[in-house]
Amino acid sequence: MRTDDLIKALDADARDKAMPLQSAWWLAAGAATVVAAVVFLLTIGPRPDFMAAAHTLRFLSKFVFTIVLAVSAFTLIRALSTPGAVTGRAMAGLVVAPLLVGAAVVLELFAVPQTEWGARLIGHNMMICMGLIPLIGIGPLAIFLAILCYGAPTRPVLAGAVAGLLAGGLAATFYAAHCFDDSPLFVAAWYTVAITALALMGALGGRFLVRW
Amino acid sequence: MTGKDEAELSRLMRAAIAGDERAYADLLHRIAALVRGFVRRKIVQGGVDPEDVVQETLLAIHMKRHTWRQDAPVLPWIYAIARFKLIDAFRRRGRRIEIDVDDLAETLAEPEPETVSERDINRALGGLSPAQRSVVSAISVEGRSIGETAAKFGISETAVRVSLHRGLAAIAKRFGQARFGRE
Repeated sequence: MRTDDLIKALDADARDKAMPLQSAWWLAAGAATVVAAVVFLLTIGPRPDFMAAAHTLRFLSKFVFTIVLAVSAFTLIRALSTPGAVTGRAMAGLVVAPLLVGAAVVLELFAVPQTEWGARLIGHNMMICMGLIPLIGIGPLAIFLAILCYGAPTRPVLAGAVAGLLAGGLAATFYAAHCFDDSPLFVAAWYTVAITALALMGALGGRFLVRW
Repeated sequence: MTGKDEAELSRLMRAAIAGDERAYADLLHRIAALVRGFVRRKIVQGGVDPEDVVQETLLAIHMKRHTWRQDAPVLPWIYAIARFKLIDAFRRRGRRIEIDVDDLAETLAEPEPETVSERDINRALGGLSPAQRSVVSAISVEGRSIGETAAKFGISETAVRVSLHRGLAAIAKRFGQARFGRE
């Protein structure tokens, strides 16, 4: 087939309209939030003293970390799924959440006597944390990988990993409403493990599922 | 020249998205010429047929045109897709190659005519269902319109459009699957 012939076929197919990718991302973000919320409410739900806890700094700081992560990953993944888009600034934005956690860890180490560090780090919910964040995040991750297939990521493995971070940030936001371990030491250790697991799954998905 | 190309191509792209079919054909011809120049410059020794990469790029641009943001420049979008497909083509033939990212100036080549040889796309066409294959061939190789193709096969125009779209999507998918040497 000559290239001119191919163009005739493409031109004849021009009427087929697809939703703009950027709209699809917003739709996916909404759907993923609903999926995560349903899984969260069916499994663990918010902690009973949620309203009281909402007045404490440590409890609120968890949401700052996870929401900043989710927002920066969402910004980056929209760029990564668009060919030729500039990704530098969005890529740099990804370090904001880890920096905030790092700063909070330093503050916590000053605020809490050394004898308590171990207890704060281990917490009560470490296994639940590492199980539930991936469990809440897996549905959103599947949605985000589907949108990556709909888009055109020129670095599919990286884009898949960022899809995992996005799913992780979203899932951790819900999980944080359940968990009693509010210390930044706990968050820095176990949330990181759980979210990294989702990022690895996302990278594998990007490698083997995202083809175009 | 870059600025002029950019303005003209994004104008055509916007017109095409708004439903102007003549603008779309014009746009695809211009993109084909640009990509052909880019690819030929990058393939210095044999193994990869530049025109195969041009065709894969055009198909990808068509299937992924919803990924272009109307407020963004169109040339970087086109070249990012072309580069991705070129790297694929090398990878498929078991070669690793680094492509310069920042040489847009070099890539703005004079339009070049295509060479004729056996095409990857013909092999991909062979993998379609008989109905899709005959519709795609009628419109591309035989140059028939949607209406003429519908009359020829005694089916509705909608059925022709569906077969055409699914056939093109299947070819694009096959090219995508061929990454990582799975063809």
